[in-house]
Amino acid sequence: MRVLPVSSSPVTKARDRAARSAVEVRLEGLSRHYGSVVALDRLDLTLEPGQLIALLGPSGCGKTTTLRLLAGLEDADGGRVIVGGRDITRVPANKRDMGMVFQAYSLFPHMTVRQNVAFGLRLRRVSAAARDQRAIEMLELVGLAEHATRYPHQLSGGQQQRVALARALAIEPQVLLLDEPLSALDAKVRAQLRDEIRRIQLEVGITTLFVTHDQEEALAIADRVGVMRDGHLEQLAPPTEVYSRPATSFVAEFVGLSNRLTGEVRDGSVIVRGCTLPLVEHDTPNGQVVALVRPEAVTLASGDAPESGALVGTVIAVTFLGATSRVTVDLGDATILAQLTTADATALRAGGRVALTIRPDAVLVSASSDPAVSATGDEA
Amino acid sequence: MAALTSVGETPLAAPAQRPRGMQAGRRRRLNVFRYVVFTLFGAFFLIPLLAMLRFSLEGARLGTWSLSAWRQIASYQGSGIPPLLSSIEITLELAVITCAVMLVLLVPTMIWVQLRVRWLARTIEVLCLLPLTIPAIVLVVGLGEIYNRIQRLSLSTLMLFWIYVILALPYAYRALAAGLSGIDVKTLSEAARSLGASWFTVIVRVIAPNMRQGILNAVLLTFSLVLGEFTIAYLLLYTNLQVELYSISRNTPNAGVLFSTSFAALLFAFALLMILSYAGRGRRGRR
Repeated sequence: MRVLPVSSSPVTKARDRAARSAVEVRLEGLSRHYGSVVALDRLDLTLEPGQLIALLGPSGCGKTTTLRLLAGLEDADGGRVIVGGRDITRVPANKRDMGMVFQAYSLFPHMTVRQNVAFGLRLRRVSAAARDQRAIEMLELVGLAEHATRYPHQLSGGQQQRVALARALAIEPQVLLLDEPLSALDAKVRAQLRDEIRRIQLEVGITTLFVTHDQEEALAIADRVGVMRDGHLEQLAPPTEVYSRPATSFVAEFVGLSNRLTGEVRDGSVIVRGCTLPLVEHDTPNGQVVALVRPEAVTLASGDAPESGALVGTVIAVTFLGATSRVTVDLGDATILAQLTTADATALRAGGRVALTIRPDAVLVSASSDPAVSATGDEA
Repeated sequence: MAALTSVGETPLAAPAQRPRGMQAGRRRRLNVFRYVVFTLFGAFFLIPLLAMLRFSLEGARLGTWSLSAWRQIASYQGSGIPPLLSSIEITLELAVITCAVMLVLLVPTMIWVQLRVRWLARTIEVLCLLPLTIPAIVLVVGLGEIYNRIQRLSLSTLMLFWIYVILALPYAYRALAAGLSGIDVKTLSEAARSLGASWFTVIVRVIAPNMRQGILNAVLLTFSLVLGEFTIAYLLLYTNLQVELYSISRNTPNAGVLFSTSFAALLFAFALLMILSYAGRGRRGRR
């Protein structure tokens, strides 16, 4: 049998190497306190080999602490960090073999781009020729080989973060840690680099933990999204599930917008303003509840004389968001948000009457004792 | 369209000119003020220097010129004191040793405090600035006993470096603190650590090179302090450059050597300042 020659492209090499070394990461009962503040409360999390998990949550929820404990930049008060079957809880950061990209620009200002990328290899006593070759390979991977001789201050923010990614990958780490690497960038560069990080992660196949407070970023990039709150995981699931079947009302409200509408649970479904909607949790007992309805599940039809009995309201505002538009409708006793395509929204004007229907997607409900009943959902 | 433009612009143009005119006048007056102040201060500093130069070039007879005082810098020896050149050499050596000890002590300490024990930063700052508040005579009295012991082991003037390091601490600390504040020490060190660097490597290969300007400033200030220090050396009975110059001024009939040596020392310090200043800008034209 003829053996095909192995491609020598940097991507292929990186993928081959990573495929051999992708490891499982397990955090078991990890705890961390800052004085009386509990930053992390017995967190359990498993990253499958080669998987990208995004930790999402509001400030102070413990996501960055989780990443720093995994990196060894902080010491855990309790629990274990296991990487590739080995307990590294007490291993110092410089012996953990993890590549990390930081939120702040972290390139060494006195080194060129190539020297930055080769820094970790130099510490590993790789020969000058081999580390130069590897540095160029990594720079090709992030599309910056032509900038090898520049200094960090001669690069844009996006380029600096790409070099930081190349530097983190150059040492062939077991795990890649990304600590809000896009938050200092403008929206366009952010979206580009987000896609690039995902492409490289898939090509290299490295186990990756990505921390962000940006839900769009997390949903776009991750194999699984972990939503954190007060030091523990509220839900860990694929992005579509987190969005469409949130485990808790916190997740529902944090990930995307939600309308909070009063309703009544009757025999496994909830009736909201005349619309019968299925429940995420079928065993919810009958009674008054607050249903969390996504804006995109609300459709609007304009008309001077909506059908009698239909749910009707008055348009308060139409907010242009690009491909989609958000419409705020006054129902008299509450407001509701609807997300429509911009083409559909152009016909609507503030002050106009509209008929509303709610698509029968499964919804999450919470107890009706909540004082914010019938209020419009807030953006997380 | 043209009519609209002219209607719109005409009334605006007239009042706009007056502030511009006022600004120009104000700017002129400010410039005159600047030149006057600059000239006055320049004269204040330059006239004594020029006088010093003038006296260093004074010939044997009044009104004649000579370079003999400059030629004697290397060979002059007053009665009962070491050769001038040896004092210059030992003072330079002292400056180098003081700078080296100061850097070795202070740079890693400050980086370590910034990285690991930030709660100690205020204490370290107070300790480093303390010598500013202690008069030299008090320091000498306090350290006199220690120097008595040191002098039993070595009489070398180089032993002054112990006390000079203490004297230089406030200036060096401030310069290094400024250098350190310009870089994100925490992120750089964490990045280096995650790439496999030991703490020693972090300090020596990552943080210190980025503090270059601060380090150069600290060296410059320390060097200048050592070159110009007189009181402590004199009181502790050591002979450094300034003590030597003082001895010459008291004992020599040829005051020209005093002036030429003092002026040369000033030129040397100025040249050093220029070199360090240019070196600090960085060979790669960094920010």
